Amino acid sequence: MSEPGSPVLASRTRSKAWTAYSADPLSVIGLVIVVAIVGLAIFAPFVTPYPDHVGPTGDFAAMNAAPSADFWFGTDVIGRDLFTRIIYGYRLSLIMAIVVLAIATPIGVIVGLVAGYKGGWTDYILMRITDVFLAVPPLVLAMAIMGFLEPTLLNGMLAITAMWWPWYARLIYNVTRAEAQEGYVLAAETVGASTAHILFREILPNCWPSILTKMTLDIGFVILMASSLSFLGLGVQPPTPDLGSMVADGAKYMPDAWWLTVFPAIAILLVVLGFNLVGDGLREAFEAES
Amino acid sequence: MASNTLQKPVLAIRGLRLAFGDRRHPTPVLHGISMHIRPGEKVALVGESGSGKSVTARLAMGLLQDQKRVHVSGSIFFDGIDAAKGGPEIARRRGNRVAMIFQDPTSALNPTFKIRGQFRDVLRSGDRSISNDEADLRAEAALAEVSIPDPKRALDSYAFQLSGGMNQRVMIAMALANRPQLLIADEPGTALDVTVQAQTLNLMHELTEKTGTSVLLISHNLGVVREFADRVYVIYRGRIVEHGTTAQLFNDPRHPYTRALLAAIPKISGGGLPDLPERSPEFESPLIVHEGCGEPTEAFA
Amino acid sequence: MANILRSLLHRLGAALIVLIGISMLIFAIARVMPGDPARIALGPNATAEQVAALRLERHLDASLPVQYFEFVKSLARGDLGTSLYTNRPVTTDIAQFLPATLELVLVSGILMVLIGLPLGILSAHFRGRFPDHVGRLIALLGVCTPAFVWGVILQLVLGYFWGWFPIEGQLAQSTVAPPLVTGFMLIDTLLAGDGAAFLDALHHLILPSLALAMSGLGQTARLTRSNMNEVYERPYVEMARAYGFPARRIATRYAFRPALIPTLTILGLEFAAMLGNAFLVEKVFGWPGLSRYGVEVILRKDLDAIVGTVLIIAAAFLIVNIIVDILVNVINPRIRLAAGRA
Repeated sequence: MSEPGSPVLASRTRSKAWTAYSADPLSVIGLVIVVAIVGLAIFAPFVTPYPDHVGPTGDFAAMNAAPSADFWFGTDVIGRDLFTRIIYGYRLSLIMAIVVLAIATPIGVIVGLVAGYKGGWTDYILMRITDVFLAVPPLVLAMAIMGFLEPTLLNGMLAITAMWWPWYARLIYNVTRAEAQEGYVLAAETVGASTAHILFREILPNCWPSILTKMTLDIGFVILMASSLSFLGLGVQPPTPDLGSMVADGAKYMPDAWWLTVFPAIAILLVVLGFNLVGDGLREAFEAES
Repeated sequence: MASNTLQKPVLAIRGLRLAFGDRRHPTPVLHGISMHIRPGEKVALVGESGSGKSVTARLAMGLLQDQKRVHVSGSIFFDGIDAAKGGPEIARRRGNRVAMIFQDPTSALNPTFKIRGQFRDVLRSGDRSISNDEADLRAEAALAEVSIPDPKRALDSYAFQLSGGMNQRVMIAMALANRPQLLIADEPGTALDVTVQAQTLNLMHELTEKTGTSVLLISHNLGVVREFADRVYVIYRGRIVEHGTTAQLFNDPRHPYTRALLAAIPKISGGGLPDLPERSPEFESPLIVHEGCGEPTEAFA
Repeated sequence: MANILRSLLHRLGAALIVLIGISMLIFAIARVMPGDPARIALGPNATAEQVAALRLERHLDASLPVQYFEFVKSLARGDLGTSLYTNRPVTTDIAQFLPATLELVLVSGILMVLIGLPLGILSAHFRGRFPDHVGRLIALLGVCTPAFVWGVILQLVLGYFWGWFPIEGQLAQSTVAPPLVTGFMLIDTLLAGDGAAFLDALHHLILPSLALAMSGLGQTARLTRSNMNEVYERPYVEMARAYGFPARRIATRYAFRPALIPTLTILGLEFAAMLGNAFLVEKVFGWPGLSRYGVEVILRKDLDAIVGTVLIIAAAFLIVNIIVDILVNVINPRIRLAAGRA
């Protein structure tokens, strides 16, 4: 349409981004979910009713109890409070997601930047390696890596990290390819700026919105992937509380002890949903800002 | 034209206002414009981009009204109905009582369907029960009418396989295929090169003369307007500022904005309208209507 | 035609390179990881002689490139090695378990397309209104929920509580399995002319395939919606409206087809991802596919079986992507005609 939009106030872009973010009720709901889950996870020892149920022992007097005022989400076969274990499961999942992304993102970003800016053989080799990783269903690759490692928390993170970086490489590669043609990059080249300067000082700042959006979405998806692995028995081992293994263990007692499956399952759904809504909201806020 | 003024207008717009945005902070776009077109008349609406000329055309066709955050008041009398509120009545008239030609014909044709299928649907909006064979025959005839050398081949082509000029002819053929009362041409052929643009304007002129179709020409090109239109409305920031016959307006521009426009035409080509670099408070001065060009006063609906 | 064939060959070549890359990757992971594969395979009770014999048989003492060469050599003969878990050739194992997985994935793929695309069209058509909100919610829940969560919830509610669908397996206990021909239960029951068994197999397929389809279905609906919303801004859609084309026809034809082209590529990726997620769903529904085998061989460090399973899945993934590429070319006249002309 040829009509002009409302005037853009350059100095107020921050609040404009927040306005755009808060305009969508779904984004706000997402933020509430995320803040609630992260808050519960951080303060787990103080907010959970039975912090000692994290370990292998529970309350034998209350085995397989249905949800009640004492045990909000019920208890498992050895009498451990499910609510407590789910909150601790969140704690573990969040730590895992943060560690995975803290390693995978820089690797992927550097590969993407270098391949996209250097071009030629560097580009060809790096991106073909990336393609190889992207050509296997993510879960299968992570499973295969777990196949050669002991199923521990650390190895689970390693397996997920190994399959996660290529997605960042691919994303940043595309952005870099486009940005490398922009005037400001050519200008920096003309004045003889070093490659490192151009990559990290000129191009990288323009990638931040894409990276941040993707990382937010990915916290949810890493948790999803980790819980899938542990659901298959290839992740964290008992008695550590893990959402995926809780669902797998609970499924053995369906349908009578339905809460053993349903609550951890909904817990996974909720955390992925929350980060997804926040990520979508962020993307729109960034778009509104630019 | 003198005889025309006695006939009932094909299109009569009264006090049309348009605003975008939410109800509490609407951004006004049209500030109550009025205009009319009589049968067989060619009327131009001239203005810079962003002046509100394109949205006026889309409102007249009822294309904007069903969108969210669009607020319309005033009236648009066309073919016995008031189209200002949009709705099914005007929707039913689109493609047969009123048709539209777009700025870039190639992007206005669907890239994933052949011309044939799209032409069939155009004819179907005039005659719901038309058979495919019958539609194809009529489409071929319509394409022949716009001097397309091999109509069958054109029908079996995708828009991206034809030249811009060809697509413009196809659009004209589609627009006039159902013999509409009113043809709205939104910057026709601006995306094409100047010769092709001139050819298609001539063609449009010729055919609408023949069919007696009224034309509303939306344009920022004063050269085209002078060639093509009988009467001209000049629009500036959502208000009509001057209205007169083409001769009156070009020979005796009275509104400061119109004068500035005419003064800014490149002398040699007489082509496009350069965006005026500054806004002058003078441009906001009230509407000037030339002799014999008043809005009709009869009741329409 | 010759050009389409040539571009197909080109794609197959590229896929082959990626496949070689994958085999090297998996091979490298398998051999570089700590631990003696032979020792792991034979278990702690095996004698040193037994371990040495196995190392010799599997060329485990040779250098990595030599090992890889031996591996490729046998691969070229269609030999993926022998599973230490089942003591059978890996190809035999895969041939036994793959059809059930493929059947599940194919049916899920069909559900993904049949539900996801219309959902996206409805959302775009009713943008900002009630059907759009419902469509977006379903899509969002689909994307955000792991397949096994859908599995257990569908199983609990529709299987256990309401009893509409069977809980587990491919066939009811009372149904006689048809003679094994293709391994696809739906096809084999039809070949056997057993209508009741066919319906039973279909009945068993619904919940697992729906659970598996949800994520791709959500993604499909989301993408269709956003691509169509973008297409709705294009001049040719305004033209269709200006010429009085019925709104429903615009939604299902004139806006849908251009929006489908970018959606298809992602559709292929989602379909391929199902090959992985099938492992989760199969575990929930006790489905006799590759899942149990895959997890079992992974837990037992059964190298050949792991490499073979991953390679087969990667190959299936690549084939799906090639098919999608071809479909995109067929649907997009611009590419199709360019290929024909050049």
